[in-house]
Amino acid sequence: MITAALVGNPNCGKTTVFNKLTGAVQKTGNWPGVTVERKQGFLRGAPKDDILVVDLPGIYSLSPYSPDEVVSRDFLIGDSESRPDVAICIIDASNLERGLYLLTQVADLRIPMVVVLNMMDVAEKIGMRVKADALSEILGCPVVETVGTKGQGTSAIGEAVQSAYEERTVPRTISYGNAIDDCIERLIPIIKETVRDDLLRWVSLKIIEGDSMVMAELDESTAASARSVVEELEQQVSDDGMQIIATARYKAGEAIRDGCVEHTESVDESERISERIDRILLNKYLAWPIFALVMFTVYLVSVQTVGLAISDYINDELVVWVQDHAAEAMDSAGVDTVVADMMLTGVIGGVGAVIGFIPLIALLFAFLVFLEECGYMVRVAYMLDRVFTYFGLSGKAIIPAVIGIGCSVPAIMGTRVIEDESNRNVSIICTSFMPCSAKLPIITLIVGAFFGASALVITSLYLFGIVMILISGLFLKKFRGFIGRPSPFVMELPVYHMPTVRNVMFGVKEKSWSFIKNAGTIILLSAVLIWALSSFTFTGEYLGDSATTDSILSAIGKALCWIFVPLGFGGSETWELTVASFTGIAAKENLLATLAVLLDSAVGIDGLPTMEVLTEYLSVTAYPEAVAMSFLIFNLICAPCIASIAAIYRELHSHRKLLLALLYQCATAYGVAGIFYQGYVLLHGEVGLGVLWLILFIAVPVYVILSKRPFGFITGGKEEVQE
Amino acid sequence: MQLGELKLGESAVVVNVGGEGQLRKRFLDLGITKGTRVTMARIAPFGDPVEIQLRGYRLTLRKSEASIVEIEPAEDSE
Ligand SMILES: Nc1nc2c(ncn2[C@@H]2O[C@H](COP(=O)(O)OP(=O)(O)O)[C@@H](O)[C@H]2O)c(=O)[nH]1
Ligand SMILES: [Mg+2]
Repeated sequence: MITAALVGNPNCGKTTVFNKLTGAVQKTGNWPGVTVERKQGFLRGAPKDDILVVDLPGIYSLSPYSPDEVVSRDFLIGDSESRPDVAICIIDASNLERGLYLLTQVADLRIPMVVVLNMMDVAEKIGMRVKADALSEILGCPVVETVGTKGQGTSAIGEAVQSAYEERTVPRTISYGNAIDDCIERLIPIIKETVRDDLLRWVSLKIIEGDSMVMAELDESTAASARSVVEELEQQVSDDGMQIIATARYKAGEAIRDGCVEHTESVDESERISERIDRILLNKYLAWPIFALVMFTVYLVSVQTVGLAISDYINDELVVWVQDHAAEAMDSAGVDTVVADMMLTGVIGGVGAVIGFIPLIALLFAFLVFLEECGYMVRVAYMLDRVFTYFGLSGKAIIPAVIGIGCSVPAIMGTRVIEDESNRNVSIICTSFMPCSAKLPIITLIVGAFFGASALVITSLYLFGIVMILISGLFLKKFRGFIGRPSPFVMELPVYHMPTVRNVMFGVKEKSWSFIKNAGTIILLSAVLIWALSSFTFTGEYLGDSATTDSILSAIGKALCWIFVPLGFGGSETWELTVASFTGIAAKENLLATLAVLLDSAVGIDGLPTMEVLTEYLSVTAYPEAVAMSFLIFNLICAPCIASIAAIYRELHSHRKLLLALLYQCATAYGVAGIFYQGYVLLHGEVGLGVLWLILFIAVPVYVILSKRPFGFITGGKEEVQE
Repeated sequence: MQLGELKLGESAVVVNVGGEGQLRKRFLDLGITKGTRVTMARIAPFGDPVEIQLRGYRLTLRKSEASIVEIEPAEDSE
């Protein structure tokens, strides 16, 4: 078996080529110890040996700074026993210099290499002809030309890998000019004893660069004598090692480029299609309205119209159909009524409600993957960065927030785009403040019942999510472990590309999968649990179809509902809302289903309570609309569903941080819902003890945000509070 | 002169990349190296970050971050 590592810059078409090479059978996981995704799959139609393709993260260099880069370099370096056999280096032919910069680094690692010149069509359009045979001649290894989106040329990659493997086509040594080459010659004898033979050149270059990871592995005396050699070089060219090497590598890249590129015509930069699109999409005045319009369209199609119609069909027809037939079958088979009830209400009802969401989620992700792949999402981050930095966050935080409209699980995973840890932590914790699609039915119901289904109110709830993320930025940055400047915003703005249907489908599949997995596990379990708790009394007596106020769940709700008194829905006459909030933690879909069961009255055909039921139910309270809104706000912000909690844990890597995260989410939900409710009451002229709550809820965050000194709790992270 | 001070549409040549650590290395890795020609291509709707054209592609960075890059005006021969 041949192991081939796929390396390339971000946006060079790596995913596209990988999908073409491996087809549908891919294994996705994480690299050990870090949250960097690892994908691998076998090459389809390999010419001779099996070829395992390992997709490394998109990188610009093999520096020791980001987890992506460290994972890539560790894999490429390997150890003397396990090293990838071949490196497939993908280069965007329309962006040669940067691709060649990475290529020189991989070449220094002395692994047999295959170069894939992707985006040949784009290069041609901008008037460049890249001659593959000339490049192959210069580098001394096979070069394949491809157009990933059309699958053109990709079938030749297998052959090339096989031949690179058999003939061990390690690229020719690349010269970085006399001064550096001499310095390498002098360094090699110094490190010869401690460094693997095949890595001598690469390690020497890294020593000149002052690479912290490589330096740390040298013993003291070796490091000292190596450093003195490097200092001589630095004096000779009067520059520092890091800059010397980067400059020399780019120079080497330029030389290679000059040897293989012919300019057929010169197309002016500013006349490229991408630039013309940006002149509109990033226009000072149009950028915002266009962004709003794009998001609105996504929402309209996937949530409101098409997606909703399919979901409704599944909920109203399919699930009911399954339920009816299952009921009949169990009836005729003489299944015990308790078991039958559990199957119908608990299992089929619970999971069915989730399955109904899948088309909606899939459509939403199709749009989001499209926006991300075509290059628009980065531009949104670019547009918004100025606003976000004001709150100590980076514009990149908008990307998970937007994905969060679909589902928090992939959104929380999406926080990986944010490099700086303290910034990322804020995003991990706050991303679930965005109303995800599972929270949507609650929003629709409550806004429908009390606010005339106002689109304005619904939209404000999404804005509210963003505002809460921003405010959390200010708030959390006063705690150790979150303190830090907005992470740097140094990014490529890739040219627009039309994503292929195939790529979008792959993305949708990948992202919807976590959602489907939950339906099969956590939601199934919790649905059964809730069914059991609401169908039995403490003494184990079965209550039958419709749960009554005697069930275990009701007892718990009644015992705990006082907690929510300051929020307006803690009265004993509305204990059902407390129970619903608790079951929402298992999955937000549960919330309304629970309410429906508990309210025990006419429910809609989808098994959820109707607006009339809700209005009537809340009419006993003094301010029904405020109670409903406060309940809604609390449930939008408080701890997300179990699946998201698991995702938060995966990203934070610590029980302690997870606990603090959940505490923060619940406390924030409590405070904000409290401010809303008590504020509403006060505005309606009722001055009472509630005012004290209002003052408390406002004073605490204001105190923290204005505080000059950082607060404790989490150790680690940088110490001072930023200005 | 610093990269952040470049006016819209103006070009310059990189003289030195200052600063340290990750940010500096990131700049170098992305091709902001000595002698590279850079053009201020666009400014974001709120005035920051900015978009720089270099080596045939577009890079965005904040003005504050751009301040570690020293430039000198390009003799407009190209
Ligand atoms: N015109 C053109 N577009 C491509 C080619 N290869 C990939 N793309 C598109 O470029 C974009 C980025 O590709 P992707 O595979 O996600 O890049 P990655 O970031 O390296 O994984 C997508 O929209 C692709 O459809 C190509 O050869 N020609
Ligand atoms: Mg990709």
